[in-house]
Amino acid sequence: MLGISDPWIWGVYVLSLLSALLCVTYGAINWNKGSEKEPEEIKEEIRWEEQEQEMEESELGL
Amino acid sequence: MNTLMLNIIVLVYILAIGYLGYRGGRDTKDSEDYMVAGRKIHPYVMAMSYGATFISTSAIVGFGGVAGLFGMGLLWLTFLNIFVGIFIAFVVFGKRTRKMGHNLGAMTFPELLGRRFDSKFVQYFSGLVIFSGMPMYASVVLIGAARFIETTLQIDFDIALLLFSVIIAAYVVLGGLKGVMYTDAMQATIMFFGMAFLMVMTYSLLGGITPAHMALTEMANQVPESLTAMGHTGWTAMPAFGSAWWWTLVSTLALGVGIGVLAMPQLTVRFMTVKSSRELSRAVFIGGIFILMMTGVAFVVGALSNVYFAQKDGVISIAAAGGNADSIIPVFINSAMPEWFVYVFMLSLLAAGMPTLSSQFHAQGTAIGRDVYETLSGKRGERSILIARIGIIIAVIVAVVLGYILPGSIIVRGTAIFFGLCAAAFLPMYSCALFWRRATKVGAIAGLVVGTFTSLFWLVFAHQKEAQALGIAKIILGRDVLITSMPWPVVDPIVVGLPLAFIVTVGVSLATKPPNPKQVEECFKGIK
Repeated sequence: MLGISDPWIWGVYVLSLLSALLCVTYGAINWNKGSEKEPEEIKEEIRWEEQEQEMEESELGL
Repeated sequence: MNTLMLNIIVLVYILAIGYLGYRGGRDTKDSEDYMVAGRKIHPYVMAMSYGATFISTSAIVGFGGVAGLFGMGLLWLTFLNIFVGIFIAFVVFGKRTRKMGHNLGAMTFPELLGRRFDSKFVQYFSGLVIFSGMPMYASVVLIGAARFIETTLQIDFDIALLLFSVIIAAYVVLGGLKGVMYTDAMQATIMFFGMAFLMVMTYSLLGGITPAHMALTEMANQVPESLTAMGHTGWTAMPAFGSAWWWTLVSTLALGVGIGVLAMPQLTVRFMTVKSSRELSRAVFIGGIFILMMTGVAFVVGALSNVYFAQKDGVISIAAAGGNADSIIPVFINSAMPEWFVYVFMLSLLAAGMPTLSSQFHAQGTAIGRDVYETLSGKRGERSILIARIGIIIAVIVAVVLGYILPGSIIVRGTAIFFGLCAAAFLPMYSCALFWRRATKVGAIAGLVVGTFTSLFWLVFAHQKEAQALGIAKIILGRDVLITSMPWPVVDPIVVGLPLAFIVTVGVSLATKPPNPKQVEECFKGIK
């Protein structure tokens, strides 16, 4: 198959393509799922973001 | 070398990067803005910037070169990169890591683990492992870029390395991580099209997909004897089962690098910085295709370069590259591709190395400043900035010095050593932290210590390539490796270290008092 006789090699060639396809399918199905709707989660997110910014400034001087 | 063409391409490139850097910086003035920009940012930009941190010069140049030497068996790594490195990492580990990191207010990977198990030791010990292990990995990324400059511009490797190191140091000092999302995305896009072009050109040069593979299959009788002795059976066949090369391919490359990616500190920290788990799902979509195009194409093209060199010069790739596997991809691209493409490809390859290196140095700086110094001294503030900065400077210097010292054909081994070490040290503790409420502090510490030291012991005393080069086993034991009978000298540390660390983590956890339910509840808040 595909000019390759060893099934372990053409197999993984196809498997790599299939796993990329799996990622595409999963991403497409869940494209809009999981975004934050809860105000509490958004608040938590902003708090974390601020803490991170503060850490970068105060500890790395970035 | 066409200097005019090179200059024009470099100029256009720098202008584009400068413009995007300016736009990115303008859009993200303060944290509130950053949030808004983050929410509005196109998922494409988001995901492509991930890709640029994931896959760097070392994967394409180093691992592509190994595929040139040993063939398409390396595609097992591509499969694991996509399935484990993207799918499992984002869907299974990423979403929980993000939530738990936020619950605990953790900013670094060691901090996440330290707070989850309520242990300072976990945090500073992990910080130390990262700080001392990572220069090896950073240095092979530098080498990958320098090999490409060496071949394309025909300058000395040492000068190429110095040149690139200076650019990297400036990039890191000037801030590195901030506002680079747009530039990362542009670089990743160029890489993506560059690899697509490379794939199409290579297949069409060799007469199409099946004819190209068939020509490579028929070259099996041209494998040099030295490689046949290691188990090489042709570039489109798996190595002989149980041979030295089979063990290297399966244990070091596929397992070590393919699974080690789950516990890479500079990648796991990215899960915590995304805006919502929606972004992680979207990143899976783009990441899957991106990794396929990067590593898949690099390995297939690396293997097929043998057909090209055989038809053109009557030699195999490793001979065309002067015996250094790290030079196969640069030599092939310079020889087979149009000149403009070589320049564009070189620039995007160098650019792709920047976010990777920058995040590595950043991880080392925070490891020594926040995870080691602050945790041990209990102090915060200016001293810790100073220590983090000194840490970054030391990390850069060590990486560059290693770049000069390390021998040829090293990129893959250097990457594998660090990935393997991270897997054995962190993966058992990290997965228990996320998925097992019963895991205890003592269990985590035991697993961390056992994983780290088993890996190091195996590298120094049992895995032939490193043990022989270090020579410590020779001095103490009087022979190169502890166990000389096959396959032990070619079994990667991860095969021994990872299961052992897992068993110890679970066993010790079960044998010790269950953790405080309140603390566990705090960690798992909002996680189903």
